[in-house]
Amino acid sequence: MSILQTPGSDGRFGDFGGRFVPETLVPACQELEAAFTDAWNEPAFRAELDHLLREYAGRPSMVTECHNLSEQLGIRLFLKREDLNHTGSHKINNVLGQVLLAKRMGKKRIVAETGAGQHGVASATAAALLGLECKVYMGEVDTARQELNVFRMRLLGAEVEAVTSGSRTLKDAVNEAMRDWVASVETTHYCLGSVMGPHPYPFMVRQFHRVIGSEAFDQMNDVIGTSPDYVVACVGGGSNAMGIFSGFVDTPAQLIGVEPAGGAAVHRGQPGVVHGMKSYLMQDEYGQVSEAHSISAGLDYPGVGPEHSYLASIGRAQYPTVTDDEVIAAFQLMSRAEGIIPALECAHAMAWISREAKNMQGKTVLMNLSGRGDKDVGQMMSILKDLM
Amino acid sequence: MTGRLESALRARIEGGGKCLVPYITGGYPGWADAVRACAANGADAIEIGIPFSDPVMDGPIIQQASQIALEAGATPVSILHEVRSLDVGIPLAVMCYYNTVFHAGHERFAHDLVAAGISAAIIPDLPLEEAGEWCAAADAAGIETVMLAAPTAPDDRLPRVADRARGFVYSVGLLGVTGERAELALTATTLAARVKKITKKPVLIGVGVSNAAQAVEASRVADGVIMGASVVHRMIDGGSEAVGLFVAEVRAALDGATW
Repeated sequence: MSILQTPGSDGRFGDFGGRFVPETLVPACQELEAAFTDAWNEPAFRAELDHLLREYAGRPSMVTECHNLSEQLGIRLFLKREDLNHTGSHKINNVLGQVLLAKRMGKKRIVAETGAGQHGVASATAAALLGLECKVYMGEVDTARQELNVFRMRLLGAEVEAVTSGSRTLKDAVNEAMRDWVASVETTHYCLGSVMGPHPYPFMVRQFHRVIGSEAFDQMNDVIGTSPDYVVACVGGGSNAMGIFSGFVDTPAQLIGVEPAGGAAVHRGQPGVVHGMKSYLMQDEYGQVSEAHSISAGLDYPGVGPEHSYLASIGRAQYPTVTDDEVIAAFQLMSRAEGIIPALECAHAMAWISREAKNMQGKTVLMNLSGRGDKDVGQMMSILKDLM
Repeated sequence: MTGRLESALRARIEGGGKCLVPYITGGYPGWADAVRACAANGADAIEIGIPFSDPVMDGPIIQQASQIALEAGATPVSILHEVRSLDVGIPLAVMCYYNTVFHAGHERFAHDLVAAGISAAIIPDLPLEEAGEWCAAADAAGIETVMLAAPTAPDDRLPRVADRARGFVYSVGLLGVTGERAELALTATTLAARVKKITKKPVLIGVGVSNAAQAVEASRVADGVIMGASVVHRMIDGGSEAVGLFVAEVRAALDGATW
């Protein structure tokens, strides 16, 4: 039996998950759960999604062996190239699935939250393709540091609202998207961007991203004849990590989810409830949710998807942290050594690999390169001033 | 056994009146005086909000009040401590988000409410399916857990919500978050009528009941109203005096109407 579970109607992964939403949203979550289950089991829906993933998003994404970094670090490093998908990250996998589902449910509009803008851009893209109205909520701190993505979303026809409440980052964008959904639930689908939120989102989003792990499992078998020793991915909410972990959770591979030191829900949090789910959560002594602080807008989140909390609680995956300085170094390392500019989010995974390589000599390491770094170049220009 | 909150509301209803439950954000500067002003001007019970960092059911006014209260250093402990000395003579309920309860621990939180003299709890992000553990602790401690009925609930769900409700059934007035609206939403009275049909418990409409006229309109169908953003708005602009005047105005309108 797989460690990956299909949660029951209570939406639990072990003690984590659930559906802690205002009463108004309970019927919508139940309806979504039924619609997803129905669609996922229907060959025609799966065929339509597979077609879009192939013809529109550009799947399968390839696996690239990094010869230069491998030699430098004394390991054998492979990248799963989600950065090469249309819109530049893994986010498109989930969004195409959810927007197809929203259409099938008769919804006319989607709302989405976004941190770095990757999920917002993907949502705006899928909405443009499939003819739905799209509104994206993005913290004001993030609209400032990711203004290119704000422009992209608007160019794609989405409305972008800068969220000025709370910490003005991803957590507050989720709050605002949920408030919108409470008011618009009859016509609107909430296109949540990670393996978080109330049931069925953590499960559904993981299923939509399983394609990453399934492809990578076959690709690694083709290249090395077995599974890698380590599978490494960055974790904010944790969707790209759940996607690639799902392909290897039942193999001997060690699963490593790298969190930012300033947003380390698993590493520094305690079980708590926010955004519809019970999961590890950074909070104070009274249960007030802490503000995360990370150089990467996409990982600037005090919580984590409940299935990660479950994998951590049973010891199946580890969740170490890296600092912003280590991330900046890794961002440059991958750019110079391999000619691949990683998203700052993925630079977290690279930073951990680079730091821990001394303990993994001769091992094979598969890293999920979940997004490309073009969006981060503006922000990095102000940090790497000596390159100017 | 009928709890203190439900008894107080029933007394008002059986006397031919309509219930008025104002909401005050705990920890906001001057909040204790605002609670006293509500009690002195005809409230039947008062809902005290425990501010939370991520209030997803609240619109801008209550978000703002919560933020100010948190910045002023309000905590669940400090608010409950102050509640002990309020001595307003009417039942008090807390409105808090579930992580405040979960983090403290169900039994401990229920016990803390009892120790502070609180009668009831309203937890807007704790729907029926997730409420079991809390309700067990609350029932054991004698805390009445108010459940929310939403306009989106299908007919087979409402009786289950009403059965689990203690104190009263909170009939959500609209699709959306707390805040003032120009008009009472049609969904407010439609839902309250549906709920009234399936329960004998008091049914109060809250969310989007913004002035005395809307309170009267809502009470044509319901047993009364909860008024949040409109009260907090006055606390922010004019302190306890403005709160007292507003509550008195709504009370007079409810008492002056013929039902």
